[in-house]
Amino acid sequence: MNLNRRTLLASGATAATLATLGLPVRAQEGPLKVGFIYVGPIGDGGWTFQHDQARLAVEEHFGDAVETVYQESVPEGADAERAITQMILGGAKLIFTTSFGFMDATVNVATKFPDVKFEHATGYKRSDNVATYDARFYEGRAVMGTIAGRMTKTNKIGYIGSFPIPENIQGINSAFLHAKKVNPDVEMVVIWAYTWFDPAKEADAAKAMIEQGVDVILQHTDSTAPQAAAQEAGNVFTFGQASDMAAFKPTPRISSIIDNWAPYYINRVQAVLDGSWQSQAFWGGIGEGEVQIGEITEAVPAEVKAEAEALRDRIASKEYHPFTGPINKQDGTPWLAEGQVATDEELAGLNFYVEGLSGDIPS
Amino acid sequence: MIYLEKRPTPSRAWALATPLLAVLATMIVGGLLFAAMGKDPVLAIRTIFWDPLFGEFASYTRPQLLIKAGPLILIAIGLSFGFRAGIWNIGAEGQYILGALTGAAVGLAFYPSESRLIFPLMVLAGALGGMAWALIPGLLKVRFGTNEILVSLMLVYVATNLLAYAALGPLQNPEGMGFPGSRNLSQWSASANPELFTGTGIHWGVIAAGLSVLVAYVLLARHAFGFAVRLAGQSPRAAAFAGVSPSRLVLTCMAISGGLAGLAGVFEVTGPAGQISIDFNVGYGFTAIIVAFLGRLHPVGILLAGLLMALTYIGGEMAQLQLSLPAAAIQLFQGMLLFFLLAMDVLTQFRVRVRSGRAQAPQAVVAQPKPAQGTH
Repeated sequence: MNLNRRTLLASGATAATLATLGLPVRAQEGPLKVGFIYVGPIGDGGWTFQHDQARLAVEEHFGDAVETVYQESVPEGADAERAITQMILGGAKLIFTTSFGFMDATVNVATKFPDVKFEHATGYKRSDNVATYDARFYEGRAVMGTIAGRMTKTNKIGYIGSFPIPENIQGINSAFLHAKKVNPDVEMVVIWAYTWFDPAKEADAAKAMIEQGVDVILQHTDSTAPQAAAQEAGNVFTFGQASDMAAFKPTPRISSIIDNWAPYYINRVQAVLDGSWQSQAFWGGIGEGEVQIGEITEAVPAEVKAEAEALRDRIASKEYHPFTGPINKQDGTPWLAEGQVATDEELAGLNFYVEGLSGDIPS
Repeated sequence: MIYLEKRPTPSRAWALATPLLAVLATMIVGGLLFAAMGKDPVLAIRTIFWDPLFGEFASYTRPQLLIKAGPLILIAIGLSFGFRAGIWNIGAEGQYILGALTGAAVGLAFYPSESRLIFPLMVLAGALGGMAWALIPGLLKVRFGTNEILVSLMLVYVATNLLAYAALGPLQNPEGMGFPGSRNLSQWSASANPELFTGTGIHWGVIAAGLSVLVAYVLLARHAFGFAVRLAGQSPRAAAFAGVSPSRLVLTCMAISGGLAGLAGVFEVTGPAGQISIDFNVGYGFTAIIVAFLGRLHPVGILLAGLLMALTYIGGEMAQLQLSLPAAAIQLFQGMLLFFLLAMDVLTQFRVRVRSGRAQAPQAVVAQPKPAQGTH
């Protein structure tokens, strides 16, 4: 992190360019303008859709006190910087950048506009006016893994990863650990799609898994294509990702992991209105209502459903942490001792599989 | 009835007029589209074409036009040589990626040195990287007669996978906590390609784009190579008689286009983009093909077309933001531009004639419309 601080200061030198240009940033009168930068289309039915739902919730909650603007399908990189800047020039005072790839763009723009507050999803670079937020998706994966372990007949479950970053690795480890807990014979197949949203690639991954005998598929990508592939194959179960994907109920979709950003967004908008906003790193889970478990359908036996819901409630009340020892790393060396719980720092940089998973993390 | 009569030679006047007509038609049909979506069409068109240049925030958006147009022009100039000679390098996107990768790799090998030689070395490596990637389809064509359209296009997919591999592997930021992406090159002084004059958006890539226009103009108008390129495009047989070696022409054209695309990549990764990331490429290599044709494969035309394309990007973003137009509508709007341009090409090659229905046009005159430049 030392480097980040140093480079941040370095870029501060070129920071005041816009200020010296005397750009006419629109004066703030009336409602607080809140901007949202989306990586996908709002109709993606997954990640971006859920962020946009939260934006609508903000509008509804605050009524005339807040005005929201958004831009969808913003490429990660140089274009993001411009999109954010234009929102600020248009008067936005709080900006949510809702994808990891917007990290450097967010930090760069933030140094130029110290009076604007920034909230960056899933990143790790913070400053006085840049906060980060994320969700403990791995808590939901523990519940999905439990159901998957119980439901598989071939003892092969699949996980479509997006990118081999800590968030995905947390999910894979968590799902596998909890599947294994209820079904010691279970194996997990991981396919990396290298995309957050690409229906064609996701469908290919799902089909490849099904051909290998996988009969329960978890996905960390956002389209419904794997659901459709499973439906076509029959006798394959899936879980909705990011949004409920209720259209595929009761099978193949037997439950889902839903991102619910509304409570956090409403909180942070309120903080700006109160003048109490401060930079922070927020990581909410099931307990905070940020991760929700969608309806477990009738395709799942009642006792499995009860077991999954009990796990959900124990995680929500913080009685149980999905990464509680004893857990060994993939190579057999110990990671967490009996009763030891993984720290947030460890999880944020997680880059190894747990014991029992096969294959390597691409690097 | 209305019929088309082939012109003996393509009309020069129409060649100049059709791009403007295409823009006009795009505005009209695009306006209708926006109106059908319940938006004020005049306001939408104004937001796209006028506001980035003269709107309230023009002092911010005008430099952005140059940042966006720079790589488009640089790549399109490179492509225009081959396109004139009938050599179809469709894979500039991959060459752009390889340029960024080789440039970044050479630079990062010296991290954290602060030597002033690093940036020039990176630029050189970027140009060579892009060139090498383009020479693969070039050499395969010359040696084995493969189709350079297919090979260069397929190599784009190889390049995107190399990019993902590099962002997660050899070029990954060791202090990045396991997240994909390299160190930030624009924040390391030895590799940074900053804005050279405050508030203008001009970085080394923009300067290179400007130079490429000049050099291309001189080459085409005054140099034997330009003559060979033009001749090969118009009449391969005549070119052969004139002593132009087809193989050498293929390799030269591929090397130029790949080299310039590689340069665009390395300037982008050290400047506006700042780092190698999985999503580093945003389609400049493909959009540049549109720019090259929109500019009639002429250096000055390409310069203007690149700026126009940048305008529709920046303006399109503003329209999205201010008028809540969906991103897809903007993309449709940009697609229309190419569509109308190609459609109006007919006017360059053919004369539109009107004759009363009874008198049949002689068979020979009712020619089939044919695109001007082979298969584009």
